Amino acid sequence: MKLKSNLAISDNGFIFDPATGESFSTNTIGLEIIQLINKGKTDEEIKNYFLENYEIDEATYERSYLDFISMLRYYNLIENE
Amino acid sequence: MNKKKITVAVSGLNATDNPGPGIPVIRALKESEYFDCRIIGLAYENLEPGIYMPNLVDKVYQVPYPSTGSDNLIQRIEYIHEIENINVIIPNFDAELYAFIKSEERLKEKGIYTFLPALEQFEERHKANLYNFGKKYNFNVPQSININSISELYSVEKDFTYPYLVKGKFYEAYVAFNIEQAIMYFNKLASKWGLPIIIQEFIRGTEVNVIALGDGEGNTIAAVAMRKLYITDKGKAWSGIAIDDKELLEITEQLISKTKWRGAFELEIIKTNNNKYYIVEINPRIPAWVYLAVGVGQNIPEALVKLALKLPVEKYTKYEIGKMFIRYSWEMIVPIEKFEHLSTFGEL
Repeated sequence: MKLKSNLAISDNGFIFDPATGESFSTNTIGLEIIQLINKGKTDEEIKNYFLENYEIDEATYERSYLDFISMLRYYNLIENE
Repeated sequence: MNKKKITVAVSGLNATDNPGPGIPVIRALKESEYFDCRIIGLAYENLEPGIYMPNLVDKVYQVPYPSTGSDNLIQRIEYIHEIENINVIIPNFDAELYAFIKSEERLKEKGIYTFLPALEQFEERHKANLYNFGKKYNFNVPQSININSISELYSVEKDFTYPYLVKGKFYEAYVAFNIEQAIMYFNKLASKWGLPIIIQEFIRGTEVNVIALGDGEGNTIAAVAMRKLYITDKGKAWSGIAIDDKELLEITEQLISKTKWRGAFELEIIKTNNNKYYIVEINPRIPAWVYLAVGVGQNIPEALVKLALKLPVEKYTKYEIGKMFIRYSWEMIVPIEKFEHLSTFGEL
């Protein structure tokens, strides 16, 4: 999975899509996910990162992660695979 | 560098919630690094805010509406020219464009220059002709048909599914979801703008806009793409952002190249979810959001004046993405004497 290459993502979690002019805000967890995706991490690697660094069970993580990714897809922030 | 002193007459001083382009055009000219512009404001109504805004117009003249006859308008311009020695006129109202295009040679003989589309270009992009324009130049445009009576609304049902757009000849459009709504909008628009009424396929997607300037030889001198962020109940952009949409700019370049468009214009385009672009309107003049183009690095009014005066003009090749414009409203306190002077003498 790859985010659209031209997205401008600030350290505050503000995401700007210059092709459409749309902008979005995400919290620090969302920003961490985005940064990990941008580093080329796989779903599995991102999951391991969160399970190691946060107090969260796997089922809750999976649900939240899929929710977030589907939101990125919904807003066309992910490159067509 | 010594700036070139010129006098430019500008209309569209109605900086209201349905704004004319006059004020941003004047701001752009005042910021020109090439010209030192004396600005003559042309006002149709004596309450157009631009008349009274400080440091913008140097002199204002009232002019008659083109509906009273093109000749009246042009005669008034000639009278103003005798006093002010106008070099260039930038007309900013749809309704006056025809008069200025028709009178281009007459004005040029007096030393007044314009840079407007040819009459054929002006006519073929007209709302009522847009469908044929799309077919002729191979652009995606929504299917549309011009109708002159309510009975025709029943026959369009075989070609158009609801919802469809019911559009006035000059301005305004409504989305009709059934025949009753279509009839209501037909009557409303016909009584306001006359016939024909345009029935247009409703394209779902995001509206994006481009302001551009063609040199009349097929070259694009300037082009900036924008997406509206906040729209008033009149459908006007109150806020917008410069976007990086290469296909949109490519469509603009193609349009200028194929039509050899002369002058500034605005493209209104719907981008569908599967990334198809449909031209829904071509406005043959500078749009009111032109100051965004200036703000992101393309002074389109300055370039237009250069073209009008046959001065060398360089093509703009880039602009700053992600800059926004936000309009605001503001009350000026105006002494009655100014209003009185304009109302009595037709100038201020």
